[in-house]
Amino acid sequence: MALKQLKKTPMREQDPKVRIRNFEEVALGYTEEEAIREAERCIQCPTHPCISGCPVGIDIPGFIKKIRERDFLGAIDIIKKYNNLPAVCGRVCPQEVQCEAKCVVGKIPNAEPVAIGRLERFVADWEAENVGIRVPEIDDKKNKKVAVIGAGPAGLTAAADLAKMGYDVVVFEAFHKPGGVLIYGIPEFRLPKKIVEREVEFIKRLGVEIRTSVVVGKSITVKELLEVYDAIFIGIGAGTPKFMKIPGTNLNGVYSASEFLTRINLMKAYLFPEYDTPIKVGRKVAVIGAGNTAMDAARSALRLGAEKVMIVYRRSEKEMPARLEEYHHAIEEGIEFHWLTQPVKYIGDEKGNLVAMECVKMTLGEPDSSGRRKPIPIEGSNFTMEVDMAIEAIGQEANRLLLSEFKELKRNKWGYIEADLETGATSVKGVFAGGDIVTGAATVIEAMEAGKRAAKHIDLFLSGKWNPWN
Amino acid sequence: MPNKILKKRRLAPGVHDFIIENEDIAKRAKPGQFIIVRTHERAERIPLTVADTFSEEKAFRMIVRAVGKSTYEMCMMKEGDEFLDVVGPLGNPSEIKYYGKVLLVGGGVGIATLYPIAKALKKAGNDLFSILGGRSAEYVIMEKEFSELSEILVTTDDGSKGMKGVVTDGIDYLVKKGYKFDIMWAIGPAIMMKFCSLKAKEYGIPIWVSLNSIMVDGTGMCGACRVSVDGEIKFACVDGPEFDGTRVDWDELLKRLNQYKEEEKLALERFLKKVGDTSWL
Repeated sequence: MALKQLKKTPMREQDPKVRIRNFEEVALGYTEEEAIREAERCIQCPTHPCISGCPVGIDIPGFIKKIRERDFLGAIDIIKKYNNLPAVCGRVCPQEVQCEAKCVVGKIPNAEPVAIGRLERFVADWEAENVGIRVPEIDDKKNKKVAVIGAGPAGLTAAADLAKMGYDVVVFEAFHKPGGVLIYGIPEFRLPKKIVEREVEFIKRLGVEIRTSVVVGKSITVKELLEVYDAIFIGIGAGTPKFMKIPGTNLNGVYSASEFLTRINLMKAYLFPEYDTPIKVGRKVAVIGAGNTAMDAARSALRLGAEKVMIVYRRSEKEMPARLEEYHHAIEEGIEFHWLTQPVKYIGDEKGNLVAMECVKMTLGEPDSSGRRKPIPIEGSNFTMEVDMAIEAIGQEANRLLLSEFKELKRNKWGYIEADLETGATSVKGVFAGGDIVTGAATVIEAMEAGKRAAKHIDLFLSGKWNPWN
Repeated sequence: MPNKILKKRRLAPGVHDFIIENEDIAKRAKPGQFIIVRTHERAERIPLTVADTFSEEKAFRMIVRAVGKSTYEMCMMKEGDEFLDVVGPLGNPSEIKYYGKVLLVGGGVGIATLYPIAKALKKAGNDLFSILGGRSAEYVIMEKEFSELSEILVTTDDGSKGMKGVVTDGIDYLVKKGYKFDIMWAIGPAIMMKFCSLKAKEYGIPIWVSLNSIMVDGTGMCGACRVSVDGEIKFACVDGPEFDGTRVDWDELLKRLNQYKEEEKLALERFLKKVGDTSWL
């Protein structure tokens, strides 16, 4: 097959030398002409495997066709039938392992798949910039109330879908701002907060009420909510940082990625002292872990003004869980990568400040339960790395705050909520759950998918068509 | 309106007593729990304790001492003003039951934190003795409230009121006089709680302290407030804020509390330059 353009239409980006000193968005988006050029790479194949690669099943060839026809509003309308947060997903979805991995064009020798994510972002931004938020038609009022706990990707998606179906939805959010990980976790340079605010505004315009600064389990209990609401969706995220628990973890300068990123993103500590929440500026920073959160933390540390930022990972480049795009951005920006290296001890000075980190070199053995080769320490390979800041980005576990107050809810052996992955139904009648609090830390789009499925089943349950608790 | 300041009173230089409208906190806060307050859009999330609740007025009491920019800003707010957010109650409540003879030790604004605990312990039938400490006479707050619940001993660093010395001198004094305590609570600056814990260990009195670690979210999400208790990492916000004081690694906590000293100093200097004279505070 003859393809005019083998590679994706490039998206303009801030120069790495410039962007490492600011928090502004790295990727600048497509122009109309660039978007159309990219849309023309889609061959509108009859099998459209891309749709099956999308967790929320967006009609991808359909919206791309609209872009080709210059009907950008038509394109966004198609996307919004499936996805309530398109400008977010266009930016942070791992398309390379989802829709784009399945794209037929990508199977052509030497060709890259259609840049579906970039096109999604383009039409979402185009709508916001050119016509503003439009609210779709909402079904007749059902006169039933649903409480959603947590205003992150799972909760917002469930809330939006339920509102469109005509339910009265109230979202309870512990932080003072809705958005969950989109607000406190993912940095401005990857996902500008005004984009998140815009998508949240859309969800509010659907009629969803968002109550911030309400910690369910403390400010109000789940049982009390059950007295008022006909169904509940719990999408509170995993929510508690893991630490390696090596000696010296409580030294000053050792952060969890959650704290480091929350200070920067939610509290805007990168603008201290214009904003009141402070953050330390490390000189030599080690980020432990190699997932997307680790990349975010490393690139944030650099932007705060660090001289040197290192990713320290106990496995090798091959096992790294971060998106390739983020990895490349990190390399362009000068982040150093220390593979097969595991910290074993933090070393502090007399004031309790971190000054160094003792590490051991690793080697890879047989595959472990994750299917990846298990890292094994090499005896006697210990060495010291001079660092004044260490950020642990090694994952999260279940936050017990809500769960310990609501014991009736069955949990699995990892402490997450036991919920049916297809429907979101939990062990308690009328209570649904989805996202990281069910699966453990995963992606934004997977949480959205869980919110979507739960919304569909909450509707089936509340309309008396389905009841798994009977 | 939620979080509106219904009443504000100056208790001591830089120490202000607020009555704040908030039905949820008024209804739910239990002794020992805390709240997180944000003053304005650019403000920090500051953990503070609830000094009392008034269910009829749908309000709670909060006592703040101006020590840094954020608390200065709070103390400069007036009646009728509103705090942007108040979230809570957070943390675990104190274990209130009948113990017998209970010693309560409060220092500075820690006295305010102690007050609802004292009230609840009294209601549970305990016999209370309270030591209230301050730098000088004017910094000893809530003496009247405590004297209605408990025998009291006031200590001041300069001897301007009560016994000259620090609260631990008060503990020594009472023990020497033959007082026997079944349990004690000590709430105040970390350094005070550290030495109270050492005394408690010496005299074999079980002790609860309420830790004032640096926090961000207050819900177990970030780990900023971590402390070592018996060598294990605990989060003050969800595992505490109260811990057995003899098991806390105090020296580590004291160092962690100094983490942002330079930033705090910078922020306060900038702020004071902008607002000018604050002697009225």
